[in-house]
Amino acid sequence: AVDLAAQPGPLSGEGLKPTPLRDVTHYNNFYEFGLEKTDPAERSGDFHPRPWTVRVEGMVAKPRTYDIDALLGRKLEERIYRMRCVEAWSMVIPWIGFALRDLLAEVEPLGSAKYVAFESVVRPSEMPGQGGVLPVLDWPYVEGLRLDEAMHPLTILAVGLYGQTLPNQNGAPVRLVVPWKYGFKGIKSIVRIRLTDRQPRTSWNVRAPDEYGFYANVNPAVDHPRWSQASERPIGAGGGFFGASRQLTLPFNGYGEQVAGLYAGMDLRRDF
Amino acid sequence: MMAARRGRSAGLIRLALYGIGLVPAVVSFVLGATNRLGADPVNTFERTLGLWALRFLILSLCITPLRDLTGVNLVRYRRAVGLLAFWYALFHLSAYVALDQGFDLHTLLADVTTRPFIILGMVAFTILSALAATSNGWAIRRLGRRWKALHRWVYAAAICAAIHFILSFKVIRVETLLYGLVVAALLAFRVYRAAPRRAKAPPV
Repeated sequence: AVDLAAQPGPLSGEGLKPTPLRDVTHYNNFYEFGLEKTDPAERSGDFHPRPWTVRVEGMVAKPRTYDIDALLGRKLEERIYRMRCVEAWSMVIPWIGFALRDLLAEVEPLGSAKYVAFESVVRPSEMPGQGGVLPVLDWPYVEGLRLDEAMHPLTILAVGLYGQTLPNQNGAPVRLVVPWKYGFKGIKSIVRIRLTDRQPRTSWNVRAPDEYGFYANVNPAVDHPRWSQASERPIGAGGGFFGASRQLTLPFNGYGEQVAGLYAGMDLRRDF
Repeated sequence: MMAARRGRSAGLIRLALYGIGLVPAVVSFVLGATNRLGADPVNTFERTLGLWALRFLILSLCITPLRDLTGVNLVRYRRAVGLLAFWYALFHLSAYVALDQGFDLHTLLADVTTRPFIILGMVAFTILSALAATSNGWAIRRLGRRWKALHRWVYAAAICAAIHFILSFKVIRVETLLYGLVVAALLAFRVYRAAPRRAKAPPV
């Protein structure tokens, strides 16, 4: 990991205490490296996040291929965001990155573009979870946002955390962070961003459409079929069993004031 | 005198079984209470206890096939193994109710009434409770022939527990399927043994 210079971002949450670095980097889901939360840290050593390019294309006036060095050389901000996993645990992570909207503005989306589709890298030789006996997900991992969600100032492409470039296990070299959505929307190790007029397929929605919706907004009122989403276990409080009890999950993960307007008039029980 | 000695050593082995059997629970409780069970200790503890409940349940189902296939008779230890399965299921449920959900009755009620995955677990636990409660000599004498019928419900408990385990992860895992296959094989053995031996049907 290399140190990154970043300005504190004005959109960081107030009064959030970041989860310890050790937990952020050693307890997470990244199925390309395995199913256990400890797999990404243990099994991502062979992954090469450089050289790397991100292709931005589709319904844009100026399609471009960005080199990772160009992305790292941009004006970077630190954003301290809540992260709520669909499995009902949560963290607070000090990301470093830049607003996705700034990148999209450079490629000039056409008026016909309505959605943004994202695609992860496929490298079975470096990502042991992409092999395996049982098919877990269809690779590449794909995700998508509505264009207005992608253009929202809270939506960032992260290239680092805790003041350094992203560790392999957290989605190096560049990943999406959408703090009001469940963590699985934050697609990692992105190689392609495509603007389109059709709602993109998303990996978990394809896998289990009744459990994971396209929107995947954090919503304590809409349960996962197998567990309640009303509360969450904060990770990294220390103290073992008695360190931290569950805390209530906030609508839009606490970002409702900024983003609820995006969904005005929608039935969020149906479009979950 | 030989019989008495054998009886005493069986008693010691049973005691040792309980002692060793409870080691995973004690170890993971101590680790969890002292913050050495990883980033999400409650979840890890809960899953560990559930997994051992299923393991002991499977072990208890292995004893008859082992006797029939190899002649090794461990039937005198089956009650201890079955009771370990019950105790682990009780610990697993308690960890979920107390440590994980913090006695949040609203959520717990919604869980046991609406989620098939939880309902399966509860069915398995209810059956194991009934079996544990009737695992003493008095109940065996009292129930007579009905005791055997009651304790056949362990098969249903094993099926529910295995499916509960498979559904407890976001994706189907090789590990959970293997446990499911072992349960299926152990039950298939019983079905095969119970099937009346008939002469092959003549060709039509």
